[in-house]
Amino acid sequence: MENTEEHKEGTNRRNFLKLGLLSGVSAVAGLSIASNAAHEEATSGEKVRVLTPDGKMVEVDAESLNKYPDAHITPAESRKGIPNRKFVMVIDLAKCKNARKCVESCQKAHNLDYNEEFMKVQLIQDNEEGSPYWFPKPCFHCDEPPCVTVCPTGATFKRDDGIVLIDNDRCIGCKFCITSCPYSARQFNWGHKDKFDDKSQPYSPETSVPAAEGTVMKCDFCPDMLRQGKLPHCAQSCPMGVIYFGDKNEDIVTNGEETVRFSDLIKDRGGYRHLEHLGTKPNVYYLPAVDRQFPLERGFNVDEDIIERYKDVPYVQELKKKGEI
Amino acid sequence: MDLEIRKRELVKEFSPMLKKSTKTSKIWIAFLIAIILVGVVAFIIQAVKGHEVTGMRDNVVWGIYIINFIFFVCLSYSGAFISGILHFFKTPWKNSVMRIVEIITVLSLIIGPIFILLCIGRLDRLHYLFLYPRIQSPITWDIIAILTDLIGCFIYLYLTFIPDFAILRDNSKKAPAWRQKLYKKLAIGYYDTPTQREKLHKITRTMSAMIIALAIIAYSVLAWIFSLTLQPGWNSSIFAPYFIVAGLYSGIGVIIIAMYLIRKFYHLEHYIRKIHFIGAGVILLVISLLFGYFTFSEYFSRWFSHKTHDVNLLNTLFNRYFWMFIFANYIGVIAPIIILFFKKFRTIKSITFAAVIAVLGLWFNRYLIIVPTLETPYLPIQDSRPEFIHYSATWIEWALSFAGVAAFILFFILIMRLVPIIPMSGIIDHEREQKRHPKNLTQNQK
Repeated sequence: MENTEEHKEGTNRRNFLKLGLLSGVSAVAGLSIASNAAHEEATSGEKVRVLTPDGKMVEVDAESLNKYPDAHITPAESRKGIPNRKFVMVIDLAKCKNARKCVESCQKAHNLDYNEEFMKVQLIQDNEEGSPYWFPKPCFHCDEPPCVTVCPTGATFKRDDGIVLIDNDRCIGCKFCITSCPYSARQFNWGHKDKFDDKSQPYSPETSVPAAEGTVMKCDFCPDMLRQGKLPHCAQSCPMGVIYFGDKNEDIVTNGEETVRFSDLIKDRGGYRHLEHLGTKPNVYYLPAVDRQFPLERGFNVDEDIIERYKDVPYVQELKKKGEI
Repeated sequence: MDLEIRKRELVKEFSPMLKKSTKTSKIWIAFLIAIILVGVVAFIIQAVKGHEVTGMRDNVVWGIYIINFIFFVCLSYSGAFISGILHFFKTPWKNSVMRIVEIITVLSLIIGPIFILLCIGRLDRLHYLFLYPRIQSPITWDIIAILTDLIGCFIYLYLTFIPDFAILRDNSKKAPAWRQKLYKKLAIGYYDTPTQREKLHKITRTMSAMIIALAIIAYSVLAWIFSLTLQPGWNSSIFAPYFIVAGLYSGIGVIIIAMYLIRKFYHLEHYIRKIHFIGAGVILLVISLLFGYFTFSEYFSRWFSHKTHDVNLLNTLFNRYFWMFIFANYIGVIAPIIILFFKKFRTIKSITFAAVIAVLGLWFNRYLIIVPTLETPYLPIQDSRPEFIHYSATWIEWALSFAGVAAFILFFILIMRLVPIIPMSGIIDHEREQKRHPKNLTQNQK
């Protein structure tokens, strides 16, 4: 924002995160100020300088910030989005070896079961000659989201910062969004589970926890983490640095180790979006699987049950024929 | 007075249908209620345990509930369409089948939407549709269309019932008091005076034209629920007219079956004659040709242009669903065409048989539109849980489906207890007309 000049070549992750943190604080602070304004002014005498959502630097009482970092974003607040942001994800297919750390950390953070995956790793072979590659697939948070258009109650919505969320307090479970998503990003809670009753954490569409029976859920880009200036769980946990995450407005993405200019990355590495011809305008970009860092076979070092998923891929059938897996 | 005597005669003739039930009909009613009760049990299980008890999972999120929904709603639209046309153009043989068509229209429009409710994960939040409506969503369009259609059909059906309620009010002195009261209320002061008659005819005629328009709009909106998505098997510009033709196809099929059963059980050979079956059969023939043509165009263009995702869908259809595809889209179209095309095959029984094949074929045609498409998404399903890869309906879903059919038949029987299935007022109008122009060819002459 105010110090984009510092973010030329050589900017490191810390800088990005610090910036993120600052704006994260300011966003939360803005909200807490708004919600605290109605109450009586509790004063501690200590003053803190923060940035408001509309870009003004103001001095507020430290007490006003008490909701951070546990600030609970209500369903109504979560519809607004984080100001001046346009989140984007870049997935480098050349680095992915199906370590599944993104899947697991996401499941842990969102309290998902073994088979419930917001992030899926698929094995894609585009044609018979083509070389198969691991394809981590979150929700694409499209700019023209078919799921949002068809929702009859506005339970799923597109925010100003580009994120598509679901408010499971509003969802009636008609599943129309699931059928209209061409990327199979959405899941339904078919039956009751004990974890739905765990009310220790108040429900927020930004955390997707706790889920509710008879409603839809999906990858949410972890706005709760973004508000704290942190990367989403999948990007943070990937040991290979496959997943870059950042802000299109600032033209910066980071995988936690290196911070790069988003536009350069896409230009230099031939970035593309999956099924571009459908016109959904995803906010998740892929870098093609060229000059791979690992042989594909490294990805088969996973549960038997997960290998079983890939049985229809021609390459896997060949491997099986040869008796290699 | 001549007319009054005739009215009394007619009430006498039809009153056995309205009165105490015979043994067979009692067994039938008990049987139907039993099926409905099983459905109620299934519904309770689903409500308590959640949708986990159905065969639907993350890929195939819509199963036979939505198939039944489109099936019943399309029955209704086609019923409305047909009865509108029969009425609007004063078709000569309309009187005997008119009421059957109207009852089918209204009943299926009540039962159809129940199936969509079974699909909804949170029935307790149904009112959110009205609390937080989003007009952009095709579901909202569909709700508006169905509600409008339902109201329109009810008004129309009621209008056609009024003269008969009046006749029954005047001629059922021996009937129980509640029945007399009911008829009196429902007849809303209609005394068949020339002005009243003319007014009623005018309103009914206007309503019949509106119902045709409503049916076309409402069924197009239903087709758009599918065709406005990006799914390979659904995203088709011919879906709306295709659905309308398909609806007419099953609608006429069900009308023929209903005509056959009612004629047989109530011995109405005098009113529902072979000529009616042949007339309906010829319409079924025309529609089956159209339906076959639409089905062919739909799949032919997908096959010929062979886009990857279309080819994947066709592979699913021709491998896993091969026999269903053959039955629904070959036998279900060609068999009725062959039976109805040759004059010598056109007997009451064979026409009914053709109708049964057409209706069954159409149900499976709907199945093939919904399920294989959802089983073949853009990104291949990579899952190790078989129930997530392929859909197969559970007993809960079947129980509720059959309960829907049973409820349809049961309500049909109950309505027939209230008013004769052959409109008496229509017979009287007809006879009056005949006196004026004795040379006209009419329904009661062969």
